[in-house]
Amino acid sequence: MSRSLNFAIFRHNPRDPADVPRTQEYRLDETPGMTLFIALTRIREEQDPSLNFDFVCRAGVCGSCAMLINGRPGLACRTLTASLPPDISLFPLPGFELIGDLSVNTGKWMRAMSERLRAWLHFEAEPEVDALEARMEPELAEQVYELDRCTECGCCVAGCGTAQMRADFVGAVGMNKIARFRLDPRDVRSDADFYEVVGDDSGVFGCMSLLGCHDLCPKRLPLQTQIAYLRRSMARQGLW
Amino acid sequence: MKLMHTDALIIGGGLAGQRAAIGVRRRGLDALILSLVPARRSHSVAAQGGMQASLGHCAKGEGDNEDVHFEDTVRGSDWGCDQIVARMFAHMAPKAAREMAAWGVPWNRVRRGEHQVVINGEHVSLVERDAAHGLITARDFGGTRKWRTCHTSDGTGHALLYAVSDRVIAESIPVHDRKEALALILDGGRCHGAVVRDLVSGELAAYLAGATVIATGGYGRIYGVSTNALINEGMGAALALETGVARLGNMEAVQFHPTAIVPAGILVTEGCRGDGGLLKDVDGYRFMPDYEPDKKELASRDVVSRRMAEHMRRGKGVRSPYGEHLWLDITGLGADHIDRNLREVKDICQYFLGIDPARDYIPVRPTQHYSMGGVRTDHSGQSPWLAGLFSCGEAACWDMHGFNRLGGNSLAETLVAGMLVGESVADYCASAEAEAGCPTALAREFLEREQAELAAIASGRGNEEAVTLRRRMETVMTDSVGLFRNGPALAAAVDELADLLRRSRHLGMRCRRLDANPELVQAYRLPRMLKVALTVALGALRRTESRGAHFREDFPARDDRHWLNRTLASWRPGDELPTLDYEVLDVMHMELPPGFRGYGVKNIIDHPLTAARQSEVDELREARLDRHALQSHLMAFKQFLPERYRGRNARLDEPLP
Repeated sequence: MSRSLNFAIFRHNPRDPADVPRTQEYRLDETPGMTLFIALTRIREEQDPSLNFDFVCRAGVCGSCAMLINGRPGLACRTLTASLPPDISLFPLPGFELIGDLSVNTGKWMRAMSERLRAWLHFEAEPEVDALEARMEPELAEQVYELDRCTECGCCVAGCGTAQMRADFVGAVGMNKIARFRLDPRDVRSDADFYEVVGDDSGVFGCMSLLGCHDLCPKRLPLQTQIAYLRRSMARQGLW
Repeated sequence: MKLMHTDALIIGGGLAGQRAAIGVRRRGLDALILSLVPARRSHSVAAQGGMQASLGHCAKGEGDNEDVHFEDTVRGSDWGCDQIVARMFAHMAPKAAREMAAWGVPWNRVRRGEHQVVINGEHVSLVERDAAHGLITARDFGGTRKWRTCHTSDGTGHALLYAVSDRVIAESIPVHDRKEALALILDGGRCHGAVVRDLVSGELAAYLAGATVIATGGYGRIYGVSTNALINEGMGAALALETGVARLGNMEAVQFHPTAIVPAGILVTEGCRGDGGLLKDVDGYRFMPDYEPDKKELASRDVVSRRMAEHMRRGKGVRSPYGEHLWLDITGLGADHIDRNLREVKDICQYFLGIDPARDYIPVRPTQHYSMGGVRTDHSGQSPWLAGLFSCGEAACWDMHGFNRLGGNSLAETLVAGMLVGESVADYCASAEAEAGCPTALAREFLEREQAELAAIASGRGNEEAVTLRRRMETVMTDSVGLFRNGPALAAAVDELADLLRRSRHLGMRCRRLDANPELVQAYRLPRMLKVALTVALGALRRTESRGAHFREDFPARDDRHWLNRTLASWRPGDELPTLDYEVLDVMHMELPPGFRGYGVKNIIDHPLTAARQSEVDELREARLDRHALQSHLMAFKQFLPERYRGRNARLDEPLP
């Protein structure tokens, strides 16, 4: 027999001064294989066409649909309702500007972070695209890819103690990017350059090692190791 | 009225749009990207298996070059593509892969020495040369004669999109995300930009530009089940169609991918089969060798999809509450290979199916995947009918895929088209033609028209519901304009879609807000989607032959005599249906004259000139010229490339002179 699911969903339109933040309840009959994507789409189609939320790939790869699912940051599209109790609360991801209901502006936050950290590959010269590419050890390429898999979903920021207290904290997403470029031999920057962008309390020294980021990362990135390693390197750099 | 000015307005923040923007910016011009979503959420990110580029480094890629890639692409298209464009593409793909290597993509690399692979269900040992160690490697994909698909595990689209969008940020190119272009601003036959809606505030603005580029991806979401992201609703095609001037090309050419999971419709990469995965039926029997003894699971996508459907029609499908499906078996590849090279596949199986693909079969069936059709452009990416309007990537039909795209050619196309179209957009912006600005009054007229339209929709009190009409459209497209098509079903589909379009003008709205309001978005997109769907259905009805992904049960032959042409669709204001006309593909200029693809039984009605062209080509080949000289005699194409991209591509066996 299928369960009846009770959703308590955060509702607020920040552009309407008269609108008071609240939770609204919806009821749905669970179907086999139901994900939160399927459930929220049905609620919008059958019960409340005004409900805002963000899904793009609905396959767990684009990072759009992170939200608080019973209090825990996660990707809604790949969360099966069967993995949850019948009472399900959905709230927007904290730490980001609210667009409305469950929709937050992670894109704006991530672009600002990338600009601040100069989070792009700094290469020596533009490539000669006709010539053979520079060689790279196969294992090293795989290690870089491992860190490159971040989807900027924002779960690590939402689950971070420091980010809740410091609006300028770069989060695990930012530190992971620095670790990724630091590992990449094609990037010409030295630790002195990286220290400039993450060597303070809004960067790697702001981390309190609570490691919510590591536990919550939907891509299971090795954030604990990367942050520890980066902190040690940056501390060494700071002491020189 | 809020006005924005830029040299190049790029509509769409996926790989093609972002790469084009970088090209424009590097020519000293301003580019501005509009995106429905944060640009890194674009559908390019979901591409898994890789991009084709004929580098020829790995053992099974040795001997590969542009000629082989070109021929595979033309055969794959079932001779429906523009061969000049396919040539430009094959020449550019290695440059694109190498540019991406330099920009930071962690391509998988060749490891010297012996390694084990699975080919045709057997474990085989391959030896990689020392000289290739550390260069970009490649995997096998369908419809290709060499292992040519360069990849980063099975997250290639992600790695490429992040590298390219990192450059966009590094080069300070503005991305205006959560914005939607509602209409192009036209002055007769000249495009001046677009009216743009802010999806958060609801505010409209006029973005005026020297050149406007549609890079909005495909139109897969007109189908009920699609591997496409939810944002691939064909709004770029609709923007062009609504001008009444620009035309769309080959809209009936829609690809169905063999392996989307059931029921979610999420793709698992062709790399599964490229790496040795097998298709099996309800009895656990591997059926593809019975149908296609030569290429088996690695035949062209359209062929594999049809064979799967055929096998299910014979009662060999697996029954499930979500309809019939078949099995994809990658258990033979081993857990280690899957953990390294098919990670996304593993995640998808775990989260959406609750299975481990190293131990369990994956339930799959053919599902809408790619739009070969799109905004018709010339080889420079510009619309021949609307000056200043460009298009690139999946949104465009410039037309390198014809009636069937090869796996791995779409990622490669996004980058190549971005590189080339970025240059032609910059050329256009620097021309005298582009300098003629847009009268502000005209921009105001277009903006006010859209404003009035939105207000009318938001206040709609009709008795139709957008969700109901949309579901019906999706069902009609899936049932009647799918893998197998026939005249009566297509005619009924056209009638019903036209009826849905009429009904879509009488929607009743529950939420009347003009700012972030998903109901309003659905309401204004619906008639546009229906128009796009009608171009697909009518194109399919009129094309009384079978070519590539377009398969007519009532006309199973490929009819080169009558249909070696490209469908063009436009929509005259006030009409109930699109207007179709046809553009001939010139056999006498083809480098590779029409032939048999080698799948199933040969069923081709020859073009009267094919034999004559074939003997011309044979004669030239007998002259034993070096391959570059021969190619330029057969079909010169380099004059269409920007000078900076005309150089030959280095390979281990073909060093640069």
